[in-house]
Amino acid sequence: MSRATRAAFDEQVGRALGDATLQEVIRDGQDFMQVFHEQARGELDWPALLDQVEAVRSHTVENLDYYVDQFAANVEKRGGVVYFAATAQEARAHVLALARQRSAKLIVKAKSLLTEEIGLNAALEAAGIEVVETDLGEVIIQLAHEKPFHIVAPAIHKSLEQIRVLLSAAAGEELPADPAALTAFARRFLREKFFAADIGISGCNFGVASTGSVVLVTNEGNGRMTTTLPKTHVVVMGMERLVPDFESLEPILAVLPWMGGGTRMTSYVTAISGPRQAGDEDGPEELHVVIVDNGRSAILGGKYQKILNCIRCGACLDVCPVYRKIGGHAYGAAYSGPIGAVLTPLLDGFQHHPELPYASSLCGACSEICSARIPLADYLLELRADMVRLGSGSGAWQFGFRGFAETAVRPRVWDAAERLAGVVARPLTAGGAIRWAPGLPGLWTRTRDLPAVARQSFRRLWRRRPSDARDGEGTGGTRRLP
Amino acid sequence: MIDASGGPLYELPDDAPPGASPVGQPRAAARDDRGRPTTSVGRPRAALMITCLGDALFPAVGLAAVKVLEKLGVAVDFPGGQTCCGQPAFNSGYRDDARRAARAFVRAFAGSQSVVSVSGSCAAMVREHYPRLFAGQPEEAAATALAARTYEFSEYLVDVLQVENLPVAFKGKATMHHSCHTLRLLGVAEQPERLLQMVDGLEYVPLARARDCCGFGGTFAVKMPAISTAMVDEKVDHILETGADVLVGLDMSCLMNIDGRLRRRGCAMPVKHLAEVLAEGWRA
Repeated sequence: MSRATRAAFDEQVGRALGDATLQEVIRDGQDFMQVFHEQARGELDWPALLDQVEAVRSHTVENLDYYVDQFAANVEKRGGVVYFAATAQEARAHVLALARQRSAKLIVKAKSLLTEEIGLNAALEAAGIEVVETDLGEVIIQLAHEKPFHIVAPAIHKSLEQIRVLLSAAAGEELPADPAALTAFARRFLREKFFAADIGISGCNFGVASTGSVVLVTNEGNGRMTTTLPKTHVVVMGMERLVPDFESLEPILAVLPWMGGGTRMTSYVTAISGPRQAGDEDGPEELHVVIVDNGRSAILGGKYQKILNCIRCGACLDVCPVYRKIGGHAYGAAYSGPIGAVLTPLLDGFQHHPELPYASSLCGACSEICSARIPLADYLLELRADMVRLGSGSGAWQFGFRGFAETAVRPRVWDAAERLAGVVARPLTAGGAIRWAPGLPGLWTRTRDLPAVARQSFRRLWRRRPSDARDGEGTGGTRRLP
Repeated sequence: MIDASGGPLYELPDDAPPGASPVGQPRAAARDDRGRPTTSVGRPRAALMITCLGDALFPAVGLAAVKVLEKLGVAVDFPGGQTCCGQPAFNSGYRDDARRAARAFVRAFAGSQSVVSVSGSCAAMVREHYPRLFAGQPEEAAATALAARTYEFSEYLVDVLQVENLPVAFKGKATMHHSCHTLRLLGVAEQPERLLQMVDGLEYVPLARARDCCGFGGTFAVKMPAISTAMVDEKVDHILETGADVLVGLDMSCLMNIDGRLRRRGCAMPVKHLAEVLAEGWRA
């Protein structure tokens, strides 16, 4: 395990576990969403709906080459310009070039996980361009210089007071701790930015291949401002974010608001089909669509393909007992929770994130809730197996499991090993429990008691049973058990 | 309003990746043509899967399970060749080592009829993961057959033996931890609750956030001990909130985790496998 990454992971975990307010915020958030998960199941024919979502996503991902071509051709037919970026670096360079050609000084952005994934803001800011996030949650974390804490609710971890301090600094005056007043400030602040911006950048919840439309699912109205007011609109999207047509988008739009925000529908569903057309009253003069691969085609056709089914609803974060304790920042990337633990190593190489596939107790709550029926827990197991196969397992574990297997295939040796464990454990045992142990068990006994090793294992006790009972033909109840 | 009742819009691929099959669906017990659970001619016979932890740390659970099964008329075998199902290695990614242990495990249970496990997680390892672990290997047929006849203890009692009442008494309140693999991989949720409700004098108190993991997760408990401890702490809080006299479970690994944290926090609440509750309270 890479020490640097593990240290960063542990630091973030320690910070989250030590922050009582944060623990409460995450717990409340999950408990809040659980109510909606149950309500959704009561209101809709959930299994049938998920069948449809899964079918649409699997079909699209399986035929992605076809739908990407169709989508790109239709964007161009409507007057948009399509660019394919193979890597994050290519995508950043292209957007930067677009900005430079337009001498852009100010860029407004609607919420986009993909631009987080490729680190777009930092690249634009390094070139001296002011980048302003306009989704309220994103505004808050941009002011705090943080990554999103949750893929749907990026600033869910911030308290009202923390938000007040951040926004007051941006306002240059002390704002009251009143959500309405804070929102009113954000609205004034952002309004000016929308009118002054040279370029608006958005992500894309779904691209509709049959029409070349970019569909955005938003709540605050900032998405429409970002994509309508500036002269240039740049869409940056992952190449798997497509559906064949509007009909196939329907089940996804039924599921996404429920699982993402606990609502039947969002305030806005925006379908953008090309730049301003003849006769349109508003809209950008030009539309650029940057379709980003960044590791996705390496996933296509392999055993992890279904991870591309994800509709980014965030439900797996809301049920994950590990996320419930460590929050989003420990995952060290744009994507957190179970989807992050699987997707980030796949996109970025697990040598950079060796701790992520192990940041799970394999409870399976993620697989159970997933809107697109991605077998997330199975994928975590597969990733672990791949890591071991490619030699990134630690020497101690490798040695340990080899020894385990050698012993497990020899019941007599196993029996002897159990007795040896008993002998070793005895001096450490008091009152039927072990409160301190060295080595690996010591990581357990730091916070928990270990049970004593039994004086007689079950197999030894069984051997002492009378032979007529042992062969299963005894009279059972009439015999006293040892 | 979306009409969700229609069929899928698209056909699923034939070569769906692992896990595409629905998991957690309760499995119907094998039945004969008159709807009775299939057992051997005459007396039902079952092989006990004690599990590695159960053998070394909790033999009393095995004895309790044997007592209950025998009281219910089951002839119990204990195949002595069994050691560990291989789950620790499998869950950590060491598939070759897991397969070695699993191969010996399959061999140990060859010739057994129903296999009854005192751990839901180990039963799930055999049922969910063995068929895939041995796909394309010489042992595939034997592993798949073992998977098909492996049951968790409460599942065997309710679904196979069709137990409807028990001569068992217990005085007090009991709450239960539904272990994750028992719940989600085996689809066993109602069975243990039904059995507890058959116990005379037992008041069943459901646990808040009952579906949450206790934080054990096998090697997770020592690989990420701080997270694991935070998880079990919340579980312990919810358990104590119930005011129950005993915590009942179906998986000693999870119970060992919860019990270990309860003791460390100075709480004396007893933690028992369901088999122990039934065996201890069996009248006459």
